[in-house]
Amino acid sequence: MMNMQGFADQIAIGAVTTLQTAAASLVLGIGLGLCGAAAKRASSRATRSVAGAYTTIVRGVPELLIILILYFAGTAALSALFGRYLEVDAFAAGVFALTIVFGAYATEVFRAAIQAVPAGQIEAARALGLSRISIWRLVILPQMWRYALPGLGNLWLTLLKDTALISVVGLDDLMRKASVAAGVTHDPLTFYSAAALVYLLFTSISLVALAALERRSYRGIRTA
Amino acid sequence: MNLSLILDVLPLLADSMVLTAKLTIASIILGAFIALPLSLMRASLTAFLSFPVLAYTFVFRGTPLLIQLFLVYYGASQMDWIRSSAAWFILREPFWCALIAFSLNHAAYTTEILRGGIRAVPFGDVEAAKALGMSYALRTRRVVLPAAIRLALPAYANEVVLMLKASSLASTITLMELTGTARKIVAQTFSPYEVFISAAVIYLGITLVISYAFAHLERHLAKHQQRNAQTGMFWFAEMIATLRPRLRGSVSR
Amino acid sequence: MTIQQSVGVFRATADDVQPALRVIELKKQFGPVEVLRGVSLTARRGDVISILGSSGSGKSTFLRCLNFLEAPTDGEVWVSGRHVRMREGVAGQREINALRARLGMVFQTFNLWSHKTVLDNIIEAPVHVLGLSRGEAIERAEALLVKVGLADRRNAYPSHLSGGQQQRIAIARTLAMEPEILLFDEPTSALDPELVGEVLKVIRALAEEGRTMLVVTHELGFARQVSDRIMFLHQGQVEEEGSPDTVFEDPSSPRLRQFLASHVGALRS
Repeated sequence: MMNMQGFADQIAIGAVTTLQTAAASLVLGIGLGLCGAAAKRASSRATRSVAGAYTTIVRGVPELLIILILYFAGTAALSALFGRYLEVDAFAAGVFALTIVFGAYATEVFRAAIQAVPAGQIEAARALGLSRISIWRLVILPQMWRYALPGLGNLWLTLLKDTALISVVGLDDLMRKASVAAGVTHDPLTFYSAAALVYLLFTSISLVALAALERRSYRGIRTA
Repeated sequence: MNLSLILDVLPLLADSMVLTAKLTIASIILGAFIALPLSLMRASLTAFLSFPVLAYTFVFRGTPLLIQLFLVYYGASQMDWIRSSAAWFILREPFWCALIAFSLNHAAYTTEILRGGIRAVPFGDVEAAKALGMSYALRTRRVVLPAAIRLALPAYANEVVLMLKASSLASTITLMELTGTARKIVAQTFSPYEVFISAAVIYLGITLVISYAFAHLERHLAKHQQRNAQTGMFWFAEMIATLRPRLRGSVSR
Repeated sequence: MTIQQSVGVFRATADDVQPALRVIELKKQFGPVEVLRGVSLTARRGDVISILGSSGSGKSTFLRCLNFLEAPTDGEVWVSGRHVRMREGVAGQREINALRARLGMVFQTFNLWSHKTVLDNIIEAPVHVLGLSRGEAIERAEALLVKVGLADRRNAYPSHLSGGQQQRIAIARTLAMEPEILLFDEPTSALDPELVGEVLKVIRALAEEGRTMLVVTHELGFARQVSDRIMFLHQGQVEEEGSPDTVFEDPSSPRLRQFLASHVGALRS
């Protein structure tokens, strides 16, 4: 077993921070993604263009760079606003950046998932006289989740791994704790391996949970 | 927005693109080289061949690239037997460490993508090849792989874009590629907006070029189909396929 | 031995005295299910044997065991007097491949390679398995395309062709290997009714040429016209066997009678 040389609790704290960051970004990112998907289906061409630009830009720029932009630029903006040097809290900056990234990919997932809901059902609902909002609430949204789940699951797994990038701007997550420990003990192998194992643990649990969620979302539906 | 700063900075950034390109292209080539035999093993029905490769892809797709990078770069210097061996000349250079980590990571994703493509080849095509007396090597080379690569192309295109973006992580181990250079300039000029956004625009430009190139390639290779490859939805399809570290295979069709 | 040499050895031992194909008590089990329970068959050179039966009777499995696409659980397969066995290892696999080069199989779902042109489909195996030069293979291919009536489609892709056309190309692809025995696994079952005729025409022509053929089919009328012998399988065993006239006019087995009754429409074709 690895000799954690007293850093085990620090690593654990880092792991919790990682989970918190990822969870916060997930929730906000899903919200952003739903808005983005709605924007892409809007009747206004301007709205669609803005949403399109958003997804294209975010998907074409490295996450690390986005994090750096939002962190340093955010710091500069805040300082200018308040007249003195104010640093953006790394956690907030991290969640903000990851939300933006997640939201862009989630927009595409939701857009395709909404499109995948059988058009006949929507037509039937309209024929029955349901209002647009009711159709959204009762027909589209519940079924859309089934199609969106695999895509969202993948994005979640990527999100978990991307949280490691925020260590670069100082967030005390699993990665940063491992770096600190490695630096102090001159034992990078032990601590980075330990961190890797924790990420693998998170990944494995997520995969199991996702499989269960997908199975549940398919209850009552026949598949090939 | 200081436009003259942007103009001053652009040549520096453009220069650093060479390193980005080198890193990305070399990792992709090396990764593909590794992935080709591995994907065949992974697609095999014998667990003895498939399982070790699955373990490899699981670890490399389940952990952040940053950790893999640090493990190679910092970890190699820790091990005495590496430091005293001939490999040290390579492993002490951040470029080679980055190349090794990126290649292994890219190979893991490519293996799963290509395996998905192999599994998607219609079984009838393989049976026809068998019935004509083609050996395993022959039919894999002439029938299975050409079809598998075509099927995997959308997902692979996405993976290439991801590799380009991943090259930015090399900046964390002192390599002056595009992101690293941008950070250095920001530290010197205190203008994060101009410099980072310029870098972002450059990445975006390269990404769009790669995407169009692949879309063109897909259209060319899909001549044999009656309907054109759906390039409109290919972002979604390829992203879903790539980011899916499922144990069962990653090209969802 | 290279595969070309293996095929050569096979050909050298072929002669007209030995039956082209002899199958002795072929058995095939998939897990607990016994699909073939001892099927025997002897085919002389030039025989056309149609194999009939309801689904699940094992007729496709039987055919697929002959070129070892499925490995028989028991029984013997003799091709041109030479006993073929599924042996382990590289040499065994080479022998199977050599055998497959001599037995041509036409599939229900055509199985053309969609990313290759018609011509490329046909010349692929002759070039890479038999070692023909590309020029020779193309010559052979073009003659075969004329034979199946699709000479003008050499550069088309399979997805641009109708089902009937694809199946004819598939037959040409099989013929390009100059096989000694042709195996047809329900060649028209996946075709729209109006396309069936063009494929049957080609198969009939091959029968009239004197080729040795085994045809699994539901086209009873065609089977009656073209075959030298009919074999009726039921639940993995040979229920009845005989000349077309006997089998169709005066079937002795009640199950065969039932089968024929339920296929009255096909008989009229």
